[in-house]
Amino acid sequence: MINVEKLTKSFGPKLAVDHITFTVAKGEVLGFLGPNGAGKSTSMRMITGYLPPSEGTVTIGGFDISENPLEAKRRIGYLPENAPIYSDMSVAGFLSFCAEMRGLYRAAKAEAIERVVEMCFLNRVMQQSVDTLSKGFRHRTCLAQALIHDPEVLILDEPTDGLDPNQKHEVRSLLRRLGTDKAIIFSTHILEEVEAACTRALIIDQGAIVAIGTPQELKARSPSAGNIVVTVNGAEKQSLVSQLESLATVSQCEFLSAGDNRVTLRLTPKGQILPELVALAGRSSWKVENIQIDEGRLDDVFRAITLPDTKTAA
Amino acid sequence: MKTIWTITKRELWAYFTSPVAYVFIVIFLLLAAAFTLLVSGFFERGVADLIPFFFWHPWLYLFLVPAVGMRLWAEELRLGTIELLLTMPVTPWQAILGKFLASWMFLCIALALTFPLVITVAYLGHPDFGRIACGYIGSFLLAGAFLSIASLTSALTRNQVVAFILAVVISLLLILCGWRPITDPLSAWAPAWLVDAVTSVGVMTHFDSIQRGVVDSRDLLFFISVILFSLFTTSVILRAHRT
Repeated sequence: MINVEKLTKSFGPKLAVDHITFTVAKGEVLGFLGPNGAGKSTSMRMITGYLPPSEGTVTIGGFDISENPLEAKRRIGYLPENAPIYSDMSVAGFLSFCAEMRGLYRAAKAEAIERVVEMCFLNRVMQQSVDTLSKGFRHRTCLAQALIHDPEVLILDEPTDGLDPNQKHEVRSLLRRLGTDKAIIFSTHILEEVEAACTRALIIDQGAIVAIGTPQELKARSPSAGNIVVTVNGAEKQSLVSQLESLATVSQCEFLSAGDNRVTLRLTPKGQILPELVALAGRSSWKVENIQIDEGRLDDVFRAITLPDTKTAA
Repeated sequence: MKTIWTITKRELWAYFTSPVAYVFIVIFLLLAAAFTLLVSGFFERGVADLIPFFFWHPWLYLFLVPAVGMRLWAEELRLGTIELLLTMPVTPWQAILGKFLASWMFLCIALALTFPLVITVAYLGHPDFGRIACGYIGSFLLAGAFLSIASLTSALTRNQVVAFILAVVISLLLILCGWRPITDPLSAWAPAWLVDAVTSVGVMTHFDSIQRGVVDSRDLLFFISVILFSLFTTSVILRAHRT
């Protein structure tokens, strides 16, 4: 649905976006991650046809955004950063304007407005002036605008920015729901959002893609991924550590805490650790009470990938 | 076409939902009436025509039209809604034209509200209605020309005050280029071709010529060229913002 190829943008000598290539298919939700100033918004502006790219192409549903902008733009719903909105209109007036701009009139318009108002919970504020809306409602009004023509492609620049936790949750579940039959790109700073709503995530730093994959794949890159935290009842700490360290599949055994006749350790594996661990427990007098496999943490990955670069830049 | 109309409707609506529109119309009508009746001595002249009325229009428009046009693009740039507007299925040209037409229609409404003066002269005597119609056409075209300049300066900046001042300065230059007190001393020493060149780019030459009761194709062409040129430049400036 969305095809981005070698997309590049330079502002004077500064390279804001550097040859990024990716595709998003229908039914996919792509999380766009990156530190501030990494080129997220610039990329999105090029994908939606607001900024002309310096190099590279974007096609939306088969239509090139530069060569056939109107057809491509018809297929896109876009929520720009900070949710800009005409402050001199009411919510109803604004949505009616957006619907007409999308070629929806009369019954089709009324139907579309009703649908997005329900989706974005705008019932209470329909007659209110946009000027007097709270940030959450403003954001949702702008989101409603992006959904009004039921587009095949959704590009959302920080859709949960400035929302309270409940509203964030609503937007995330909305994204997940919409993601089943649309191609969605959204940018965010909140990593748990990526795990909650994305089928794939992309990390961009200094204009270039530095990682792309499912949230699970990205998490697996974390240094702590695959570690096992085990809590044992009825064992003495020293002998337990030496027993575990003698296992062939354990590369490192780190003591975490002890007390109440329990010992908690973190094991760094070098292979399939669980069968050996279970066998050892069977032979011993102690009982394994709890085993946790660390899936890795996205923010560890994010920091590991993007931090060294930002340090040198600063 | 429908897209242009949607934009025009929104812009026109935006004018009338703010008190500024009503304030503007009242100021325009008051000033027009005051200059016509008090300064030009409309009644003392004892002639049933609207020459003293149209005489003041360039000077009124010099300040009032930039005030109407200054928000056209500066406001979009300030609010960031330009990003919203230009990512909708609309060409920049449609957006520019839609917005321009809205403010032109707004000025047209303000101008139309001066109709009591027409009724007054019709009641007082036997005016030449053809000439009055020409006066209105000329005034309408002049407003359009100044407005297109305001659209251009408004696209340059997100600051409406800057847009206003630039528009006033450019419009003033266009007035002075063809204004008798400027061109007469010039013709005393400059070669004729230079005087002709200067006066032909001035709006007054063309405005006066229409006021005399003839809508010449050259004058029409002049105003339309100014409008198209300014709107085209607006599109160039808007494109430059995005690269």
